[in-house]
Amino acid sequence: MAKKPDNKRRDFLQLSTVTLGAVGTAAFIWPFLKSMSPAEDTLAAGSTEVDISTIEEGQSITIKWRGKPVFIKKRTKQEIDAAKMVQASDLRDPQDDAERVQKEEWLVLVGVCTHLGCVPLGQKISDMKGEYDGWYCPCHGSHYDTSGRIRKGPAPKNLDVPPYSFLNDTTIKIG
Amino acid sequence: MDQNRKVHKFKNPVLNWIEFRLPIISYFKKEYGDYPMPKNCNYFWSFGALATITLVTMIVSGIFLAMNYTPHTEMAFDSVERIMRDVNYGWLMRYIHSNGAAFFFIIVYIHIVRAMYFGSYKYPRELNWILGVFIFLLMMATSFLGYTLPWGQMSYWGATVITNLFSAIPIIGEGLKTWLLGDYNVGNATLNRFFALHYVLPFVIFGVVGLHVAAVHVHGSNNPDGIDIKTKNDSVNFFPYMLIKDTIAMCAFGVAISTVIFFGPNLMAEVDNYIPADPLVTPAHIVPNWYLAPFYAILRAVPDKLGGVLLMFGAIAILFVLPWLDRSKVRSCNYRPIYKWFMMGFFVNFFVLGYVGMLPAEGLYLLIARVGLLYYFGFFFIITPFVGWIEKPNKLPLSISDVYAKNISQKIGGGEKGIPSPAMQKDTNL
Repeated sequence: MAKKPDNKRRDFLQLSTVTLGAVGTAAFIWPFLKSMSPAEDTLAAGSTEVDISTIEEGQSITIKWRGKPVFIKKRTKQEIDAAKMVQASDLRDPQDDAERVQKEEWLVLVGVCTHLGCVPLGQKISDMKGEYDGWYCPCHGSHYDTSGRIRKGPAPKNLDVPPYSFLNDTTIKIG
Repeated sequence: MDQNRKVHKFKNPVLNWIEFRLPIISYFKKEYGDYPMPKNCNYFWSFGALATITLVTMIVSGIFLAMNYTPHTEMAFDSVERIMRDVNYGWLMRYIHSNGAAFFFIIVYIHIVRAMYFGSYKYPRELNWILGVFIFLLMMATSFLGYTLPWGQMSYWGATVITNLFSAIPIIGEGLKTWLLGDYNVGNATLNRFFALHYVLPFVIFGVVGLHVAAVHVHGSNNPDGIDIKTKNDSVNFFPYMLIKDTIAMCAFGVAISTVIFFGPNLMAEVDNYIPADPLVTPAHIVPNWYLAPFYAILRAVPDKLGGVLLMFGAIAILFVLPWLDRSKVRSCNYRPIYKWFMMGFFVNFFVLGYVGMLPAEGLYLLIARVGLLYYFGFFFIITPFVGWIEKPNKLPLSISDVYAKNISQKIGGGEKGIPSPAMQKDTNL
């Protein structure tokens, strides 16, 4: 028996055993990790239809979609103008107002602050609306403008726009 | 097996029978009976024992609470109220558990202050310190998970804010958050797993505490003078001396915690947590538990999301390397005329951070938090290495007995004729 080839065989056996063991362990752990991801019924959370015929100009409603609050606001002329006047390049998360709405007067937003997930104030007349007259997050002081874009404070991103479509003039389908 | 190993002989044949098969009796005798403690250890050294007792109390009261608690978003809040109103002594279990958590942190903070001030983290106890920081991390995780369970407004929004910290991580953050929550926002899946983890983590803590205690028993406890035991005269046996001392400390602690449990059980609770969780309404002012507030203050002091999260976790991670940042070989701050004051400044600063962490992050409070943040990290990265380099420590006593000899000779003015010092070695100044 020559020593060299023997050692090589030993190395090969050791390496393949360890590899197989590692792959096997990973394959065993995967289902456990995956079981913590959202379940099928959670993923299958459907869409919501909202009647918007009763919303007056300047008014805003909150509905629940996939467990999250969604803001639907009928903006006033001044609010639309204020949102349009801003240069996108000056913003932290640059976006034109036109990219964020389908119809100018209707603004639809996921009402979850992009900082740490609180619900911003600004839906009620009596609420604080922040320095840019949109929404203000009370948790850590983020200010959003009339297009739901982040203007001041710790949040990194604009308020999300959920996927939605107008079924007719008075109904929005969210999701 | 080695049939020749020396088996300890007891008078009691039952003990002999056990000892021969499992030498647990001689183990306890060695580690908790004859175990030498430095005789100058003050009451600061009782907080390890107090922490252990509190951990056991938390586990026991928690198990009994779990018997009546329902981890479901629709029922959790009501099941806690039922524990408070209908379950026999349920109110007592819950108040022991909720206030026990706060006292656990008080004790552990004092325990950490002790270790920092008297340099217990230094050679040869570095690993012991690392295990301790690890326990502290596990405690913070456990208390956060537990705070979610009553499913009040603070529970819900605290969980939302803390889990959103993970979404600050680039690329994988959002996915990681969803995976942790089991949903796109805090919901029933989250509550369920938080309950499972809150139940199991204390047992993990218990295991790490076992290692922590085993590690300290290898080289023995540090002491207020930070010098090693040199002769038998420097130490006393754990039993009965330190056991009695710890028992007295435990009585004092029992009085303190009972006063809160029976006369002010909600002193440290947030009013908003008695409002059931509402995913559509954020409370005007989200506050963490006071014992986590210093870290929350650091999070909010940074105007950048990822930066704030990194610094907050960094504030805890930095503790792990403290033994290597401190270059001074002198353990006790009692013999470090400069570092002593910076160390006390660090404790005060931590307190101030906690105070502003409970207040809104704006104006003067924000400024204070930022100054506090600078001192926190400056203390570790600049002051600790630098002072260790320039400072000339005071002369250390020759031995632990020598400390007493000096004290006595000062009092009676008798000079060398006090108690003879057993230390024959020259002053090595460590």
